[in-house]
Amino acid sequence: MKVQTQTAQKSSFLASIVRRQIFIPIAALLILAIFNFIVDPSFFKITLGHNSEGDPILSGNIISIIDYGSELAILAIGMTLVTAASRGQDISVGAAIAISGSVVLRVLCGTNSHPDTLQAPIIVAFLISCLVAMAFGAFNGTLVSVFKIQPMVATLILFTAGRSIAAWINNNELPVVSDRTFTYFGGYIPGIPIPTPFFIAIACFILTWLALKFTNLGLYVQSVGINEKTSRLNGLNPALIKFVTYVILGLCVAIAGFIKVSRLSTINYSVVAKDIEMDAILAVALGGNSLSGGKFNISASILGAYVIQFLTTTLYKFQVQSDALPAYKAVVVIALVVLSAPIVREKLAALFKKLRSPAKAESKN
Amino acid sequence: MPKTDMAVGKPRRHLLKGISDTNLLMSITIVVFILMYVFAIFGLGQGFLKAQTFFNMLNANAALIILACGMTLVMITGGIDISLGGMAALVSMCSAVFLDMHSGSVFGAIMISLGIGLAFGLVQGFLVAYLDIQPFIVTLAGMFFARGMTTIVNTNPFNVQNEAFVKLKETRIIIPGMGSINKRGDYIDAYIEIGVVIALICVAALFVFLKWTKTGRSFYAVGGNKQSALMLGVNVKRTTFLAYLMCGILGGIGGFVYFMHVGSGSASHATGAEMNAIASSIIGGTMLTGGVGNIIGTFFGVLSLALIQNIVSSVGLDQAWWTGITNASMLCIFLIVQSIIIARRKKANLAATKPTAAKGVKT
Repeated sequence: MKVQTQTAQKSSFLASIVRRQIFIPIAALLILAIFNFIVDPSFFKITLGHNSEGDPILSGNIISIIDYGSELAILAIGMTLVTAASRGQDISVGAAIAISGSVVLRVLCGTNSHPDTLQAPIIVAFLISCLVAMAFGAFNGTLVSVFKIQPMVATLILFTAGRSIAAWINNNELPVVSDRTFTYFGGYIPGIPIPTPFFIAIACFILTWLALKFTNLGLYVQSVGINEKTSRLNGLNPALIKFVTYVILGLCVAIAGFIKVSRLSTINYSVVAKDIEMDAILAVALGGNSLSGGKFNISASILGAYVIQFLTTTLYKFQVQSDALPAYKAVVVIALVVLSAPIVREKLAALFKKLRSPAKAESKN
Repeated sequence: MPKTDMAVGKPRRHLLKGISDTNLLMSITIVVFILMYVFAIFGLGQGFLKAQTFFNMLNANAALIILACGMTLVMITGGIDISLGGMAALVSMCSAVFLDMHSGSVFGAIMISLGIGLAFGLVQGFLVAYLDIQPFIVTLAGMFFARGMTTIVNTNPFNVQNEAFVKLKETRIIIPGMGSINKRGDYIDAYIEIGVVIALICVAALFVFLKWTKTGRSFYAVGGNKQSALMLGVNVKRTTFLAYLMCGILGGIGGFVYFMHVGSGSASHATGAEMNAIASSIIGGTMLTGGVGNIIGTFFGVLSLALIQNIVSSVGLDQAWWTGITNASMLCIFLIVQSIIIARRKKANLAATKPTAAKGVKT
């Protein structure tokens, strides 16, 4: 009898871990890590080297994961809030990143596309790009909250027009920034061996955590996402809350765009952040958040973003071409989504019960 | 004796009251299209008077028409399918490889295209209808898979040299009597490609299917309200599955028509086709929430997008970014107009059903 209660307690503890939402990306991360460890333990090697300027930098697969996954993580924060409140996805983030990056370059380079010095302080360029990105976020938010258009359809507009607008801002030229301090944000600050985007992602996560802890943002967003009519009857303003989530996503877009432009010190309108909206939505789904709104977990989404980047890096290591990458991502996504579908979970649980009960019946006999 | 209080009073005789949501939105699209064309003829002159301009719009967009029809079917049931562009690219590449590298027949290539479309439709339909997974995620994975497989099948783009296929591609169906005189004074017949005939057949068949068959009506029922459809006795799961299956098959057909139009296989074919299909469906009056939609509207939606691109380039704004901006503005205007009209009709319906017991029944 004692043994039975002990095993019952153990299984309920395990069950309580498995049931938590953040378990899904952690499980995916563990599977990927174990797979890589078995195939090639040197995957996790980190070396301390020097870059071309003579500064010490860390390099290795893990470093590249946390480096390139940071933009996706920042976007995942905004996308989680938007998905949770408006029960739909914003597919225009790639185009919005193009616009925001284009604005940064326009402010820094002025009308000359290859200037020798910065035309304005970097912080001014960043703030202006934040305003522009938030304005476009407000545009999307208005369409969704005032005109009650479906989020995916409303953001289709900016998706179609965004890169064209980005090209128009700079008159279809490709300005190049030649200032070295600009590259610090997308690369390495001299003396710090860990890439800067990772610190920016951590800063965004801390800001979001503080906002969720000390304001009612999380509560209101979840409430509006779960049941809009009830929220309105309870005194919330669903339109305003949805609008605010889109503006927050605009801010995330501005930060991600700034990092992306700082990596290359230039921009390529049709290629920058291509398909990042799909990756962002995947990150939200991988974090166990429901794509039809409601409860959300930001940490799970951020973990999901890094899992996607982990998967990408693993596939690159196996020398999969970048064009063929999406096929593998698709298989992983389908496997994950099928396993976490409620119907499949019910069937698996019933199957486990069946497997366990004949064993119990035997032990009783 | 006062009028019985079941009567709502004198109903406001509104011209558009008897028309359904679907038909109203479709009529707006057709009217706007005709207005734009008339504007183009009078404002931009010569080129638009030629019938061939219209036929060229059909020629270039035959594949998009078929893909948009598939998208409309799925959107009517309340779902979405963003794998259509990837499917078209995969179908083109597989057919191209089959024709050139395995010296197959054109018939074999058609079978392969239909097979790929069917496979996508089966898997996506099963996952969405029976496992109850969000259609966006399933079809997003489908799109990723298709685009990735296109590169895996063959890395480099290439033109197809197979003779039978090239002959098929170059076939022109001449429309008598609508030709034009070119600069040298020769009379050139107006022509359409085979793909246009296939597209028109698809549009007609799907129109009949949606309007006059029970299964077609059940699409609207499932899209309008799943619970109500379930209680009506409609097999919601099977209907949703059928919608995705048909969309997959249409994706295969559309992919082959696209292949016939471009004559090559490439991983960058049909990029953005699914978004164009969604935009065309919306402009044609299909709502993403489901239950509202019309194939004829989608047909005119595709033509409207093509026409506006033609107008924009004729006016002289031919820089690359104007296409994106005009398409987006058109979509934006249509979305806002649709949402306003639907909101007002809902309000009018609600007001019309208010009981008048409170109004002046003096006892």
